[in-house]
Amino acid sequence: MKHIIAVLLENEPGALSRVVGLFSARGYNIESLTVAPTEDPSLSRMTLQTSGSDDVIEQITKHLNRLIEVVKVVDLTEGAYTERELMLVKVRAVGKEREEMKRMADIFRGRIIDVTDKSYTIELTGDVDKNDAFLQAIETGAILETVRTGACGIGRGERVLRV
Amino acid sequence: MRFQKKLRKGTLGFSSSKFTKVYTMETTKAAPVQAANTRASLAGGTELNGSDILVKALQAENVKYLWGYPGGAVLHVYDALYKQDTIQHILVRHEQAAVHAADGYARATGEVGVALVTSGPGVTNAVTGIATAYMDSIPMVIITGQVPTHAIGLDAFQECDTVGITRPIVKHNFLVKDVRDLVDVMKKAFHIARSGRPGPVVVDIPKDVSFKKAPYHGYPETVEMRSYTPVRKGHSGQIRKALQLLLAAKRPFIYTGGGVLMSEASPELRTLVDILGYPCTNTLMGLGAYPASDRKFLGMLGMHGTVEANNAMQNCDVLLAVGARFDDRVIGNPKHFAQNERKIIHIDIDPSSISKRVKVDIPIVGDVKDVLTEMLGMLREMPAKPDPKTLAAWWETIENWRARDCMKYDRDNTSVIKPQAVIETLWNLTKDADAYITSDVGQHQMWAAQYYKFDEPRRWINSGGLGTMGVGIPYAMGIKLAKPNSEVYCVTGEGSVQMCIQELSTCLQYNTPIKVISLNNRYLGMVRQWQEIEYSGRYSHSYMDALPNFVKLAEAYGHIGMLIERPEDVEPALREARQLKDRTVFMDFRTDQTENVFPMVQAGKGITEMLLGSEDL
Repeated sequence: MKHIIAVLLENEPGALSRVVGLFSARGYNIESLTVAPTEDPSLSRMTLQTSGSDDVIEQITKHLNRLIEVVKVVDLTEGAYTERELMLVKVRAVGKEREEMKRMADIFRGRIIDVTDKSYTIELTGDVDKNDAFLQAIETGAILETVRTGACGIGRGERVLRV
Repeated sequence: MRFQKKLRKGTLGFSSSKFTKVYTMETTKAAPVQAANTRASLAGGTELNGSDILVKALQAENVKYLWGYPGGAVLHVYDALYKQDTIQHILVRHEQAAVHAADGYARATGEVGVALVTSGPGVTNAVTGIATAYMDSIPMVIITGQVPTHAIGLDAFQECDTVGITRPIVKHNFLVKDVRDLVDVMKKAFHIARSGRPGPVVVDIPKDVSFKKAPYHGYPETVEMRSYTPVRKGHSGQIRKALQLLLAAKRPFIYTGGGVLMSEASPELRTLVDILGYPCTNTLMGLGAYPASDRKFLGMLGMHGTVEANNAMQNCDVLLAVGARFDDRVIGNPKHFAQNERKIIHIDIDPSSISKRVKVDIPIVGDVKDVLTEMLGMLREMPAKPDPKTLAAWWETIENWRARDCMKYDRDNTSVIKPQAVIETLWNLTKDADAYITSDVGQHQMWAAQYYKFDEPRRWINSGGLGTMGVGIPYAMGIKLAKPNSEVYCVTGEGSVQMCIQELSTCLQYNTPIKVISLNNRYLGMVRQWQEIEYSGRYSHSYMDALPNFVKLAEAYGHIGMLIERPEDVEPALREARQLKDRTVFMDFRTDQTENVFPMVQAGKGITEMLLGSEDL
């Protein structure tokens, strides 16, 4: 099952590699990982998308907590949460495809942020499933390049992760 | 409190650089060194170079011994060591042994072991030692030299990415990029190494950091880390629930590991076992936590455990696991282990050890000593007592298993030395003495664990988790230095001993007279045993030809060598060696070449599916 794990960790050199090293050393999956400093520059916030049985996820959170630089770990999927991913897709846009691409971008509430006479670059924000759906909706052959940030997640309502 | 901490870090620590953490209170990273120095001198602090600060930190941590090996990147540190006389440095012959010796010292004393090596090959040689300590949760601080900060990343001479190489085998590591961070890093390193679940911490110090100067205002008395706050006290509700379950058990069993020794909880464990009257086993790492000569002790469990211990483990209805981690060598095939239903209570300081390999019913996260103390307090107030009849029936079952006498061997053999007999004789001679037994890894290790009855904690020193051949001599010399009046024996084999035999030279230089008991069967015995049992006797590269003359080798190192070939000579030789108190003695026992360690649980089998002797093969 898919899990989204939020981690607060010290913004220090090497902290990221400890997390990544943990996943590779213990054979856990990382489907996506995004990390950046928070409003407090001494802390970074990481969102990890992973999958595994409940036992594996329990071990993942325990081992993350064991890392000295990790301050807090929360499995967002345990409660209500929101996730967003930014995706940029460069698509072929020539002839009658050009109008179709524009329409698809509109349907998915994407924005065209760069244009040439042969291509569009479309910006999409949404949960991972929505971005997946967009890629499936357009013709595979039309996709020239895709770049995705991976999910970043936050708890809904009063759920707050902070020191 | 939270606010203050944040303010301190936010205003001083991180104002200048987003990526570099500055620990010092006095300056910011961006402040020029001169400015910092002026401020320091105004404040009345002294200015010291990195090496002097390091030495001061070690002194403040009460470090008495430092095992190490000099090299380019640590020359400033060695210069600082030269100018002081409170820390004794021991020059080993190989960096691996420096870490092992400090590790052995830590295992025997409970203090943090400290080693010092240079950059590049110094570090890579130390890696085996660090991984050994990590697997057994030994508190250590390993100081490594690094090329100067400006040369890092340029493939400089003797450069390696120490923090990267050691990351998976340390509890934590630091690269000190600014001398002003050094004192706080050292404080944190020792704190992290010894608290919570202990482990090795590497502090990597570039050469320029070891000679640049910084204001020194003394060693911090306390350390606070918002990201590291290990739990000590267990959850009282869970402890109470655990006790109720234990008292209602029909077939209780207490299984304890190295965590009991780590937290010095042996007295509490003994009291608990005595009050309850329950059977008890220790893992390889936990031997000595409960006296082996007591009837309630069923012997070690696991791959080479006793019939009674493994059967009790499999057939109990309530299992109390204390500071143990259900290692694969302990529970055998997990599916087989899960066939019998039992409730499991697990006390461990590391939450990630709980429900890792075996699902636990009542987890108690906390320091073993704290938890057992609280448990004993509750137990004394509880009206409920174990039902004597039910317990007696359980003991009867256990005694039937014990009656199998699984540790029997050909004791009366007069033609060849049985390795077990050497260990039994050693135990008979030293059981009332103040003795430490170290071992290497292999058959001799298992025989030592099985036939030496450890009655006291921290007397059995071996590499349980990583299984590192070559630890025996360095462990012994580390312990002998700390315990000069104790007898220190290294039980080894002719394979293992050659992996760190050069340290016999260190033993002479620093006058650490140890007794090496080598069970020499001319085979890599444990490999040979597996090849006999699992590979139809295809002894692929497990016979060691062209062995050195160990007697002459010992003599060449300035020690005494003994060759013992006949069973009747075993005891007199051991007696003689014991008398040579101030000499290192290497005893080359020529033992039965084909003797195997029994009982044995083959790989993939359940712990009760044991081979008891060659007749089972």
